[in-house]
Amino acid sequence: MNEYNGEIKKMMIILSKASLENVYAAFILANGARMEGIEAEIFFTFFGLEAIHKKKLEKLHVATVGNPAMHIPTMIGGLPGMEAMATKMMKKEMEKLDIPPVHEFLDIMKQSGVKFWACKLAMEMFHYKEEDLYEGVGGVLTVGEFYKKGSVLGTHMLFV
Amino acid sequence: MEKIIAGKTIHVNEEGYLTALSEWDKSIASEIAKEEGVGELGDRHWQVIEYLQGQFKQEIPLSIRKIGKSGVVGIEEFYALFPQGPLKKASKIAGIPKPASCI
Repeated sequence: MNEYNGEIKKMMIILSKASLENVYAAFILANGARMEGIEAEIFFTFFGLEAIHKKKLEKLHVATVGNPAMHIPTMIGGLPGMEAMATKMMKKEMEKLDIPPVHEFLDIMKQSGVKFWACKLAMEMFHYKEEDLYEGVGGVLTVGEFYKKGSVLGTHMLFV
Repeated sequence: MEKIIAGKTIHVNEEGYLTALSEWDKSIASEIAKEEGVGELGDRHWQVIEYLQGQFKQEIPLSIRKIGKSGVVGIEEFYALFPQGPLKKASKIAGIPKPASCI
């Protein structure tokens, strides 16, 4: 890694999941990059699209099933209300740490210069229209177009 | 360690952040701003610097979110005033410690 002595110039983050822990991971990485003077772009694909879907982004949940770190038995994690409870607890902890809710976080990132892109194929698959999306989304791209945006030295790609 | 900035000997850490705000003055801030590539400081810069120092004195940790809600400067303008890592650069110029926040 010789380009810029390995210094990161741009982070291209691909968000493919809609569980709150994944969405926040992508957001914090993107925002953290901007705070360090690093460019950041997020490509929302598959379930990750829910994080920019106006009607869904406020209703994202923590996954309580299939997540061993939750320390909740799978059977119990699947009971009605468990996800809502875990989500409520997590949101409370995040507020204490000054981590903003999803919509506000999108606003902060947009104002910070993070670029948002929606995956064309996933948009078609879920029958989403551009007007369903958060207004800060720059457009709907194919994978190839997204790669092109990352074709500069010092770019790193990350799949969440 | 010691460093001479604007003709004055001041104390900074290994990353160049002042270790005592009491040693800070505007000429030092202007010099650091040039070193950091921020350029000449205008009224808006000084207002932000004053706000950051105020928060530091009250021991309130800084974050981009708080800056946005400060009523002093919006996030977009903050990035424009102090390009390439605004919170870090502005803190360095303001003579306060490097912010430890990820958000």
